[in-house]
Amino acid sequence: MSNKEKEGLSVDAFEYAAPQNLQDAVALLSEARGEARPLAGGTDLIAQMKENRRSPALVVDVKKIPELNVLSYGAGLHIGAAVSCTQIAEFEPVRVHYPALAEACALIGSYQIQNRAALGGNFCNAAPSADAVPPAVSYGATLVIAGPNGRREIPSEDFFVGPGQTVLEKGEVLVEIVLPPPPPHSGAAYLRFIPREEMDIAVAGVGSFVQLSSDARTCEQACIVLAAVAPTPVRAKEAEAFLTGKSLDDTTIAQAGELASQAASPISDVRGSAAYRIELVKVLTRRTLGTALERARGEAS
Amino acid sequence: MAEYSVIGTSLAKVDAPERVTGKATYGADLDLPGMLWAKLVRSPHAHARIKHIDTSRAKALPGVKAVITAHDLPSLPKGATAPLVGEVSIDMSAIREIVMASDKVRYHGQVVAAVAATDPFIAEEAAGLVDVDYEPLPVVEDVLQAMQPDAPLVHEDLHMLEEATQERSDQPSNISTHMVYTRGDVEAGFAAADAVVEKTYTTQMVHQGYLEPQACAARVEPNGRVTLWTSAQGHFTVRTQLVTLLGLPASQLKVVPMEIGGGFGGKALALFEPTAIVLAQKTSRPVKLVVSREEVLRATGPGAPAVITVKAGATKDGKITALTTTMRYDAGAFPGSPVARGLLVGLAPYKLDNMVAEGFDVLTNKPRVQAYRAPGGTPAAFAVEALMDALADEIGVDPLAFRQKNAAEEGDTLPLGMPLNRIGLTEMLRQIETHPCWTTPLEGPHRGRGLALGYWIGGSFTSSAEVKINPDATASIFVGTVDLTGTRTTISQMVADELQIDPQDITITVGDTDSAPFADLSGGSRITYTMSAAAHQASQDVLTQLKERAAEKLKVSVDEVGYQAKRFWAKNDTRNEVSLAELARESVAWGSGPIIGKGSTTRMQPAHAYAAHVADVEIDPETGKVTILRYTCFQDVGKAINPTQVEGQIQGGAVQGIGWALNEEYIFDNGELKNASLLDYRCPVALDLPMIETVLTEVPASEGPYGLRGVGEVPIVPPGAALANAIYRATGTRLYELPMNPERIFWATRGNGTNGSHGTNGSGGA
Repeated sequence: MSNKEKEGLSVDAFEYAAPQNLQDAVALLSEARGEARPLAGGTDLIAQMKENRRSPALVVDVKKIPELNVLSYGAGLHIGAAVSCTQIAEFEPVRVHYPALAEACALIGSYQIQNRAALGGNFCNAAPSADAVPPAVSYGATLVIAGPNGRREIPSEDFFVGPGQTVLEKGEVLVEIVLPPPPPHSGAAYLRFIPREEMDIAVAGVGSFVQLSSDARTCEQACIVLAAVAPTPVRAKEAEAFLTGKSLDDTTIAQAGELASQAASPISDVRGSAAYRIELVKVLTRRTLGTALERARGEAS
Repeated sequence: MAEYSVIGTSLAKVDAPERVTGKATYGADLDLPGMLWAKLVRSPHAHARIKHIDTSRAKALPGVKAVITAHDLPSLPKGATAPLVGEVSIDMSAIREIVMASDKVRYHGQVVAAVAATDPFIAEEAAGLVDVDYEPLPVVEDVLQAMQPDAPLVHEDLHMLEEATQERSDQPSNISTHMVYTRGDVEAGFAAADAVVEKTYTTQMVHQGYLEPQACAARVEPNGRVTLWTSAQGHFTVRTQLVTLLGLPASQLKVVPMEIGGGFGGKALALFEPTAIVLAQKTSRPVKLVVSREEVLRATGPGAPAVITVKAGATKDGKITALTTTMRYDAGAFPGSPVARGLLVGLAPYKLDNMVAEGFDVLTNKPRVQAYRAPGGTPAAFAVEALMDALADEIGVDPLAFRQKNAAEEGDTLPLGMPLNRIGLTEMLRQIETHPCWTTPLEGPHRGRGLALGYWIGGSFTSSAEVKINPDATASIFVGTVDLTGTRTTISQMVADELQIDPQDITITVGDTDSAPFADLSGGSRITYTMSAAAHQASQDVLTQLKERAAEKLKVSVDEVGYQAKRFWAKNDTRNEVSLAELARESVAWGSGPIIGKGSTTRMQPAHAYAAHVADVEIDPETGKVTILRYTCFQDVGKAINPTQVEGQIQGGAVQGIGWALNEEYIFDNGELKNASLLDYRCPVALDLPMIETVLTEVPASEGPYGLRGVGEVPIVPPGAALANAIYRATGTRLYELPMNPERIFWATRGNGTNGSHGTNGSGGA
């Protein structure tokens, strides 16, 4: 094995900075020579550096920046990019209004990991299997990005380019994740499949969101986001379109599962075969739609 | 039997304070003045000729003090062996190749060179600068493929040994040994059967899962002697191997045992210590070698996989009439799989009048396997116990009743020839009959209950103990056996009862090879069993010496001295007495002399251990995932010296067996391990497991002062089949391959996938 592939002790030398404000962070990242990486919880980045999978010349700790530590609920939910999964999962408005996000934040890694890992990091690491991404996307999250040319906002689903790759340009920092207030008669759920009960990475994951008509009979809008079955988190748009305007009975939900699986383009690896992952997407889509529907009808928390 | 007040109680571990405060010193904690750090250079090929190794770039790196290759190890005549335990010896020329490959690498990750540098970072960088020119060779990874005559040869000069005749094959082969044990007339037996079932079962390579990566350190002392600190299962065993491997006299080596963070058989051999010593000799500095988790998984030596065919026939009333089995165990790149143990463990629970048991030790381009808890037993029991379940089903007999009908008893002969002394299998099976885990109906869809048996022969070999009386009437025990499982505590309990003193007044020390009495390595469920005899003997020696002194004082003969509760008295006048305190105080006074008792045992009868596990599972039919609802372990432990520790051993073994059964496996691609991390090598985590219930049967073993049996190995044996049989009852589908992970169950229950792809899986009447 080449030295780079080895589980290493040695992290290549790097510069470290912990700016107090966003402006300084952007300046540091913009002016860095070589690769520069923001550091929030570090649960991905530090492991990658130890394994020599990333060797940034500059690491910018963003945890001291006020905007990245916001967690508030008013006109929607604002989650600073450095806020930890535990904080999010335990935040009352998240538990009440965005239970799918709370569920996802509470199943990443272990308790220790959840205490450190940030939602912003889950986005920026851009792992196809990121658990917190599908529920955030399904709730219609917008990402606020700051960079040398000012701020921009993008729909969260447009953030990903490929495994480990995002649309962030040099010098840009993810500032916050903004979720709109959940519409009435809506509900969402996230499930992932792992062979164990914890401490594992999704073989497949599905986040589903549904909004029902005021009489709760038909689906007005659906959003289904798949994890670990494509190079990026993907929306199952055909399944979403199919559900719109339909009554969500078992048959419809099962058909949506079939359609959702067509949006998956998984690989086979040590965690599961492509064929199995496709089957799992069907199951998880059915199950998350079922829970989302119950929540939309106010039948479940 | 005598009444005991400490034996049979769950005394807290005597070494708990240092364990729970993190003060116990493990190999990786060593920090010696002037110490260098070693790093191993490993092969990126599973099979390749080493054409050239250029160490010049590594040597030129500042901070690097030495770079060695196999040429720097003393040469060793081919076939040189060292004793391991009992009659088992190890081929040290093979061990030398595992320590460092000389001309050819035979598995991915095999060591080819090592560096020593002033810090671990430089050592790692230097390891990357060792340039090795390889000529890749074709890789053989699968055990059945390796047995084919046209398979690439792992060793060009290895010829198959026919065990019965001791003859070698003309052609070189990847089969290192072939063995056959026969009894009775299997053809007649099958002809007499009402039903015959034949199946082939496959298991994968697995890791022991010890928490602590191997660690050792070596220092050459001013007088030229070598001190070695190591986290190994037996420091005397390591010394014995080093004597052969390095050509050092035993007197020139002092091996100091460090606390060990789990071994389970994987830390028996001196695979890293020679490198640390040679680097220390080259540099005249202490050298520490600690391997990484990835190295542990990739190349330190996992548990053996197997492909096993079993055929058995039975009459309608449930009597087994004949059994044949062929067990093919994958040894990895050097001979020595536990195939003979597999044959023994798989068949030991049954009376078999007509039997053919055939075994193959097969080589592949995978890491050389090492022992793993009941070595060879888990794959064999998975095959035999699943087959027995299918056979019982075929003739319509309850699986427990079927076992009871055919259970081995005292006086029966084990498959490899030895007669059974006293065993508790029948008594244990009777306990299952009335236990709620068996009698409570299991309701609900996708649920099923499975039963499987397990066996382990139990180890003997050499153990010794010294017991000293201190001037304050306390006792110190001195042993040479590494404490893997809480044996400091159980040995203390035995001595406390023998001397009738408080366990708080006992200290116990595991000493180094210079000071402690000789002992074989800790493993094979042998320490508590053999130490019971050694500690008993040493305690009796102490009491005899004390009684002699008491007799002198009391002016009676030794036979006339009674002892209880720290007082010696004359039997004819109980007021004529002397206290242990007084004799102890005087033992350090001038003219008296210390009290030192000695005990040693070297060849005890096996204390056969039988177990049965009952598992209730629920399957998610849409994903194939198994949830274990209830898990109960029955085991004949002879006598539980410390019930909590016994239960802990049973639970731990069951957990390892459950991991092996459900998710653990080495996944290879052209000989390269693809899941060399604890993320993707999936040991069970706490949430995956129910509370594991234990039910202890206590049928005393034939030998030993307390009737105890070793308990550590057997609980890893039954889980594979217990779960496979439960999954069958939950789904209607039998699985023939471990691990029964969700994906495998998903496809098997849908009638496709790789389930049972090896061999023919047919069944039917004869």
